[in-house]
Amino acid sequence: MDILNALVAILNYVVVPATAYGAQLALGALGVTLIYGILRFSNFAHGDTMAFGTAITILITWALQAAGIGFGPLPTALLALPFGIAATALLVLGTDKIVYSYYRKVRAAPVVLTMVSVGVMFVMNGLTRVLIGVDEIKFADGARFLISAQEFKKATGLAEPLAIRSTQAITVVTAALVVAALFWFLAKTRTGKSMRAFSDNEDLALLSGINPSRVVAMTWIIAAALATIAGTLYGLDKSFKAFNYFQLLLPVFAAAIVGGLGNPLGAIAGGFIIAYSEVAVTYAWKKVAIYLIPGFQSDSLLQLLSTEYKFAVSFTILIIVLLFKPTGLFKGKSV
Amino acid sequence: MSFLDASSMTGGYGAADILHDCTLKVEKGQIAVIVGPNGAGKSTAMKAVFGMLRLRAGKVTLDGEDITGLSPQERVRKGMGFVPQVNNVFPTMSVEENLEMGAFIRTDDFRDTMEQVYDLFPILREKRFQNAGELSGGQRQQVAVGRALMTKPKLLMLDEPTAGVSPIVMDELFDRIIEVARTGISILMVEQNARQALEIADMGYVLVQGANRYTDTGAALMADPEVRRTFLGG
Amino acid sequence: MSTRQPGAARGGKLRAPLLFAAMAALIAIEAATTGWNGALVIVNMGLISAILALGVNMQWGYAGLFNTGVVGFIALGGLGPVLVSMKPTPGAFSAGGWGILIAFAIALVTIMAAVWLNRHLTRMKGLAILAVLIAGFFLYRAVFDPAVAAIQAINPASAGYLGGLGLPTLLSWPVGALLAAGAAWVVGKTALGLRSDYLAVATLGIGEIIVAVLKNEEWLDRGVLNVTGIPRPWPVPYEVDLQADPGFLERVAAFGLDPVTTSTITVKLLYGALFAAVLLVLIWALQLALNSPWGRMMRAIRDNEVAAEAMGKNVTGRHLQIFILGCAVIGLAGAMMISLDGQMTPSSYNPLRYTFLIWVMVIVGGSGNNWGSVLGGMLIWFVWIKAEVWGPQIMHVVTATLADGPLKQHLVDSAPHMRLVMMGLILLLVLRFSPRGLLPEK
Repeated sequence: MDILNALVAILNYVVVPATAYGAQLALGALGVTLIYGILRFSNFAHGDTMAFGTAITILITWALQAAGIGFGPLPTALLALPFGIAATALLVLGTDKIVYSYYRKVRAAPVVLTMVSVGVMFVMNGLTRVLIGVDEIKFADGARFLISAQEFKKATGLAEPLAIRSTQAITVVTAALVVAALFWFLAKTRTGKSMRAFSDNEDLALLSGINPSRVVAMTWIIAAALATIAGTLYGLDKSFKAFNYFQLLLPVFAAAIVGGLGNPLGAIAGGFIIAYSEVAVTYAWKKVAIYLIPGFQSDSLLQLLSTEYKFAVSFTILIIVLLFKPTGLFKGKSV
Repeated sequence: MSFLDASSMTGGYGAADILHDCTLKVEKGQIAVIVGPNGAGKSTAMKAVFGMLRLRAGKVTLDGEDITGLSPQERVRKGMGFVPQVNNVFPTMSVEENLEMGAFIRTDDFRDTMEQVYDLFPILREKRFQNAGELSGGQRQQVAVGRALMTKPKLLMLDEPTAGVSPIVMDELFDRIIEVARTGISILMVEQNARQALEIADMGYVLVQGANRYTDTGAALMADPEVRRTFLGG
Repeated sequence: MSTRQPGAARGGKLRAPLLFAAMAALIAIEAATTGWNGALVIVNMGLISAILALGVNMQWGYAGLFNTGVVGFIALGGLGPVLVSMKPTPGAFSAGGWGILIAFAIALVTIMAAVWLNRHLTRMKGLAILAVLIAGFFLYRAVFDPAVAAIQAINPASAGYLGGLGLPTLLSWPVGALLAAGAAWVVGKTALGLRSDYLAVATLGIGEIIVAVLKNEEWLDRGVLNVTGIPRPWPVPYEVDLQADPGFLERVAAFGLDPVTTSTITVKLLYGALFAAVLLVLIWALQLALNSPWGRMMRAIRDNEVAAEAMGKNVTGRHLQIFILGCAVIGLAGAMMISLDGQMTPSSYNPLRYTFLIWVMVIVGGSGNNWGSVLGGMLIWFVWIKAEVWGPQIMHVVTATLADGPLKQHLVDSAPHMRLVMMGLILLLVLRFSPRGLLPEK
C-alpha cells in the first residue's frame, strides 16, 4: 500500500484540476445568480457573455503581444482583462438599455425575460464568432508551470508527479481575490448593500429611496466583469472555443441552482460541488487503486463515466437537488 | 390646519373608485387610527395618503405643504415614513443593515437615529447582527417600524402593524407606538384590532366603503353605542 | 405594418391565407432563381421544421413550458429509424444484445430498489441507498461493458453496432415519437411543478446528455462513425431505381423532361407529400384538441395557474401530459428528418440550430397558434438557409471599399455567422414589437 503516491495522484488528477475548474464555474455562477437575484430572470446569454468577454480579452492580448508588451511570468491576458471587462460591461449595459429595460418597465414575467435573453444569446454568439471565429484558440503565455512534474518528482522522490500549471494557480488566486472583493463590496459598501436590499425586497428598496437604475447598471457591470474573468480564466486553463462557452451554460446554471439561485455564497459552493463531482466521476481511478490495494489487477480503468458524459454529472446533481431541496443547498429565492 | 391634512380623497386603482370623498387628519404628535370592516378601503386610504394611488379628487398637505402630486419616494423625503403590512423588512440582511437601508436617502450621520431606534426597541440592539428574516413576527415588525423611523419622519404610517402577532406582542407594539408619538411624531395607523387601537388613539376614523362613517376622538368612538354595536362587536 | 398589439392582428380573416401565399411566393421565387430542386430541399426541411415548431408550440403556446432541450428530443426521435428500419447486424444480438438487456434490467432493479428504500427506510436511509446504487452501478458495468465490447468488435468498419429490426421505415416514426416521449416523462416527472426556469435548465441538460449518448454509444448508433443508408419510407423510391424504371422513363420522355432531374424532383415531391400529410393530420388533431374542453383547460391553466389550481385542476399533471405530447411530436419530426437525410450524424445536433432556432420559429409564427407555428417553421427555415448565402453577399458589398487584406478576409470569412446575429435580432424584434407573432392566438 502506497498512500503517499495515491494521495499525490488524487491531488494531481482530481484536486488541482477540479479546484481550478470549480473556481471558474463559481465565478460564472455568481454572475448568473446576481442577475437572477436582482433582475429576476435566468440569463441564457451568460455563457455567450463569457465568450464575448474572453474574445475581446484575447484580441487585446494579441495586440499587446504584437506591441511587445508582456506581463513577465504571468499571462499577458491578465493585462488585457480590464479592457475585456470594460468592453463587455459596455455591451451588456447597451443591451440592457436597448432590450431588457423595456421589459422591466412593463413588468414582464420572468420567463419572457428569459426568452429575450435567448435572443441576446444568439446575437452575442454571432458577434463572438464574427469577431474571433469558431476555431480553438490557445492564448496562455508566460511561465507554464508553478510546480512541474519533473521538479516535484525530483524534490520528493515519489513515483507520482504533481504538476500545478501556472494558469491553474492564477485561476484560483484571481478567483479568490475577485470573490473576496465582491463579498466585501456586497457586505460593506452602500451600493453593495443597496443591491442586496433590492434583491431581497424590491418594493421596500424603492420605498427606501434606492435608485433602481443604478442598482441594475451596477449588477450588469459586475456580471460582465465576473463573466469576462471566468471566461478568460477558463480559456487560459483550457482553451477558447466559442461553442464550448455556450456549453458551459449547463454546469454554470447547475452550480447556481444547486447552491440556491440568488445566493452568492451558494453559487460558489455549487461551482465547487459540480466541478469536483465532474472531475471525480470522469477520472480513471485505476492508478489510485493500484497504489492503495496491494495486488490490485483489473482491465477496467475504474472510470465511472467517460469524459464525454461530464454534462450528465451536472445534470444528475441538479436533478437530485431539485428533487430533495428545490431551493438549493443554501437557501435561494423561492420565487 | 392639521399637520397631515388629506381631504376629500377620491380615487382607486382601476376604473372604479375605492375611496369616496375620504378625509383623514392627524395633529402633531398624535395618533390617528383608521378602523372599519374588511374591504372598507382602510389600507387604500393610507396608500392614497402616501401617494401609491392616483387621486381623481382631493388634496394631501403635510405641515401646510401641498404634496398631492409627489411620488411615495418624494414623500419620504418630505417627512413621511411608511411601514407596509407585509414584506416590510429585508429578510437576508441584518437588523442593522435594515436600519441603514431605511436611512438610505440621508446623507448626514444617522448613528444617533439608530441609537434612538435601539433605545426604543432594545431587542433589536441585541439582535443587530442577526438577519431580519430569522426573527419572530413581533421582532420583525419592530425592525420594520425602526427602518421607517430612520429617515426621522414627521409622520409615521403603519399598515396593520399587529397583523398576525400574539396579543402580548400586540400590546407591546402599541406601547412602543405611543412612545414614538411622544417624541413628537404623528402617527397614522390602519388597524384590524379596532378596540385596542382606539384605546390608544387620539383620533379615530371609521371607514365604510371608502367613505368616512364616524370621525371622533378614540375615547368618544369607544363610548358611542352605535359604533360599539356595529364595529366593535358590542 | 403596425407595431402595436391590436395592429399586429390586422388583416383579420385574410391575414393567415395572405401570409401563407406570401410564403409560397418566396418558395416560387427561390425555385425560379435557383431551380426546383433547391427549393424543394428547403420546403421539405421547412415542413419538418413546421412539425418541430408545432411540438414546441404545444409546450410553450398551450402550457407556457420552456423546453430548452429540443435538440435532444429531435436526436432521440432520430434514433427511431436507426433502431427500427436498419437491418440487424448479424450476430450482434447474440454477442451482446442479451448482455445489454440484462444490464438495463439491473439498472432498473437498482433504481427501483433505491426508490423502495427511500420510501420504507427511516434510519441510515442515505447510506443504504448509496450502497445499493454503487453496488448496482458496478454490477451494471460488469455486465454492460463486455457486452458492448463484443458488439463493437463485430465488423467495426461498417457495423459494430446492434443494428435495427429491419422493419418498414414508416413504422420508425411513431417509435421515434415514443422514445422522445419516454425521455420527456423522466424529465417532466422531476422538473415540472417547480419554477419555470428549472424546467428550462433541466431540459437544457437532458438535451446535452441525449446528444452525448448518441455520440458515444457506438453499440447503439455507431456514435460519431454515423449510421448511413437508412432506408427511405414508403412510398419514396430511390433516384437510381427510378432512372432504371422503364415505365418512369417512358412517362418522362412523353413530357420531354430530363430523367435525372425529374427523378430527384419526384423523390423530393413524394417526401414533401408524405411530410405534408403528417403535418396536416397533426394540425387537424391539434386544432381538435385545442378547441376541446381539454384545450380550454390547458389554456386556462397557462393563463392563470393559481386560479386553475384553486379550481381543483391538477396543474402539474396536465403540464406533464402536454410536455410528453409535445416531445413526442418533436421526436416524430426528428425521426422524419433522419429518414429524409438517410443518415444519422450525432455530431450535427447543435442546440443553436435544433433548439433555439425552433424557438425563434414558434415566437415569430405566433405562440399558441398552430398555423402560426407552421408559418414560422417554414419562414424561419427559409431565412436561415438563405441567410447563409446572403451573409457573405452583404459582407462583400459592405467591404467593397476596403482594401484587400486580413481584415477584409476575416470579415468575409465570418459572414456566415451573421445569420446567428440575424436570428437573434428577429427574435428580439418580434418579442418587443409583436410579441404575439405573425399569426396571433385567437
